[in-house]
Amino acid sequence: MKSWILQNLWLIPVLPLLAAGISALLKRPNRSLAAGLAIGSMGASFLLSCAALVATLGKHGAASRQVFNFDWFALGDTVVRLGWVLDPLTAAMVVMITFVGSLIFIFSVGYMSHDENFTRFFCFLSFFAAAMLGLIIANNLLLLFMCWELVGLASYLLIGFWFHKPSAAAAAKKAFITTRIGDVFFFLGIVWLYSETGTLLFYDGGRGCLEQDALAKMVAHTTIGGLAASSAIGLLLFCGAIGKSGQLPLHVWLPDAMEGPTPVSALIHAATMVAAGVFLVARVYPLMEMQQAGVSEPIPLTAVTWIGALTAIFGALVAVAQTDIKRILAYSTVSQLGYMMMGLGIGGVAVGMFHLLTHAFFKALLFLGSGSIIHGCHEEQDIRHMGGLKKFMPVTFVTYAIGMMALSGVPLVFSGFWSKDEILHSAWNYGPSKIPFFLGLAGAFLTAFYMTRQMCFVFAGKYRGGHDAAHDVHGHSHSHGNAHSHDPHESPAVMTWPLILLAACAVLLVIVGTPVWPWLPHYLEGHEAHFDFGALFNWDVIPLLVGSSIVVAVGIGIGWWFYGLLPAEKADEKDPLDQQFPEYFGWLRNKFYVDELYAATFVKWNARLGELSHALDRRVLDLLVSVVGWLTTGCALAAKLFDEFVVNKLFDAGCGGVRRGADTCSELQSGHIHQYLRSIGVALVLFVIILAVGCNK
Amino acid sequence: MTPLSGYLLVSALLFCIGLAGALTRRNAIMVLIGIELMLNAANLNFIAFWRFSENPEAMTGLTFALFSIAIAAAEAAVGLALIITIYRHFRTANVDKVEDMKG
Repeated sequence: MKSWILQNLWLIPVLPLLAAGISALLKRPNRSLAAGLAIGSMGASFLLSCAALVATLGKHGAASRQVFNFDWFALGDTVVRLGWVLDPLTAAMVVMITFVGSLIFIFSVGYMSHDENFTRFFCFLSFFAAAMLGLIIANNLLLLFMCWELVGLASYLLIGFWFHKPSAAAAAKKAFITTRIGDVFFFLGIVWLYSETGTLLFYDGGRGCLEQDALAKMVAHTTIGGLAASSAIGLLLFCGAIGKSGQLPLHVWLPDAMEGPTPVSALIHAATMVAAGVFLVARVYPLMEMQQAGVSEPIPLTAVTWIGALTAIFGALVAVAQTDIKRILAYSTVSQLGYMMMGLGIGGVAVGMFHLLTHAFFKALLFLGSGSIIHGCHEEQDIRHMGGLKKFMPVTFVTYAIGMMALSGVPLVFSGFWSKDEILHSAWNYGPSKIPFFLGLAGAFLTAFYMTRQMCFVFAGKYRGGHDAAHDVHGHSHSHGNAHSHDPHESPAVMTWPLILLAACAVLLVIVGTPVWPWLPHYLEGHEAHFDFGALFNWDVIPLLVGSSIVVAVGIGIGWWFYGLLPAEKADEKDPLDQQFPEYFGWLRNKFYVDELYAATFVKWNARLGELSHALDRRVLDLLVSVVGWLTTGCALAAKLFDEFVVNKLFDAGCGGVRRGADTCSELQSGHIHQYLRSIGVALVLFVIILAVGCNK
Repeated sequence: MTPLSGYLLVSALLFCIGLAGALTRRNAIMVLIGIELMLNAANLNFIAFWRFSENPEAMTGLTFALFSIAIAAAEAAVGLALIITIYRHFRTANVDKVEDMKG
């Protein structure tokens, strides 16, 4: 007997989808209804998600996974089946998404209050949430892929929400196309997986593609280059995750996606969309970890580890030199996603997903905090034009500081410390190489450094903006009236309360994640967690805890030394790091010229190809089409002439003959009785003559 | 006894007179009288052929003539009535003036 929540798990994505549909179909925009629907549906989904979480509690091992499959359609003998799965991974993700999503929706009510397209915004938000939740619960790779693409579409709509800004339209296009590159490989992986196993259901009572029989078959099948089919498929699926989660080398769309409204950045780049790639790797983990004969480590996981580690250090390096508050957070997200990938690659599902969940809370907090700052500073996004906001925005300052400390990994009471430490701990024990560990440690140092830099720029010193409005190059669709003073102001309660709740979560998640009681990581893996106070003093753990604490302290200290001691006085002052190391700083500020490299190579080649196709189209195809057109016109002309001069003439002549004949005949009926009588007489005489001649013969 | 050809000659003469009258007269009543003459010529032919036939006892020609006369009377009545109506309508009985009879 399947439990009620398992049978109705589909309601979790469908409720926001309904909200999106209803607000899209409203005849006239109704702000409170659209916002109420979106938030209400997310709240309801949150309650259902909690029920789902409760349903998975207390079960361990294979019993913690329940699936609900059904036939979608049959094609001959092949039955395509869909379904959803309820396991700790699903439950933890849906709870996190619906909770963070609800808070972001509430925050948006305040942030978007001046926007004229308020209802459209909430429609898209709900749609996005629905697609993401569908992705999480899917028990079929095809269903997951559909939702994956819907998420891509929704992100395109949301990043390009202010599409009248050319930069936003370009960013939306870039996000869409860049992730599409990964999706092509993802789709190839899906097709290959189907051809190998004949099913796309993950779990199907022993027949699913992630279960023992199918996996053993795939490992045994060796394809090109000595790769087992399972490794090749794993790598292809990981390509999709690279695109979606902004890993090297497809990370370029993520910072540009900051053109969207800030709640969108929080939703897409903290809690959901970028997490989808990490989630995908976690979902197909049984496939990823299949070890083929003759190789010491699973090949896909090695790729995941290295790409993750490189992305982690790359994102952190670039974030050091950015000046746009949201771009710093965007590169920070790239870096943290690298950490998650690395955690998945070397530590397993629990390590990566634990960091994903904690990161979702504090990164959403940071993004919403930056939204509050931007809102308070009249749409200013450049941290050089901020400063001294501690005084103006106390609530935002405190919550932002909590988020910053969680992200940096300040020891003991912040969740980010423990989840990052899990990753570093796994990396330390990673057999093949110690390089990922040192890359991760360097990333941790840089994270602490750039977050301190940002804090100092934004909150310390004195306010450097507001004196001229001309620098407001990031002008948004709505402008504040003159009634506002130029000083920054604290955001309304509808925006600060979500911040406070998220800050509380960023701290409270500690309770379930420390080595003392590692409930969340063990829950994700389906183990039972034991309360063990001694685990904290294990000699395996202590040096690492102390070491990473020192690294973080050094990072914050150097950041403070560079930026906190002497806060910038003027907005156009040179960055202290720029003064010290100008040649390196330029590379960082320009993001290692990756965008320029792509523009000079792939984008240019693509444009060339486009021009060539255009020329072919114009010169060859258009000519052919024109020739056909001329031939047709000629035929039509000939037909017209034949019609006019032959058919019409003949017809006219026939009509004239009939008319003349009728004229002649009508003259016979003259109305003169004598004429008729005369005719009768003549006919009589003629008959007589004929009779006479005939009879005498 | 007068031979058949005598009767036939009288009959033909009578028919020609009627035809000439019908064709030449302008007055509708005179045309009607000409037509009656032709009809009577035909009746005379019926009687003559019957009288000189091989079986005069059968009374066939007589019967024919009787019916013909009855019909002629009825036809004359109808014709006269038409002429009166035409006269009332056109204020003339001259058939050449009455040209509205065409379609």
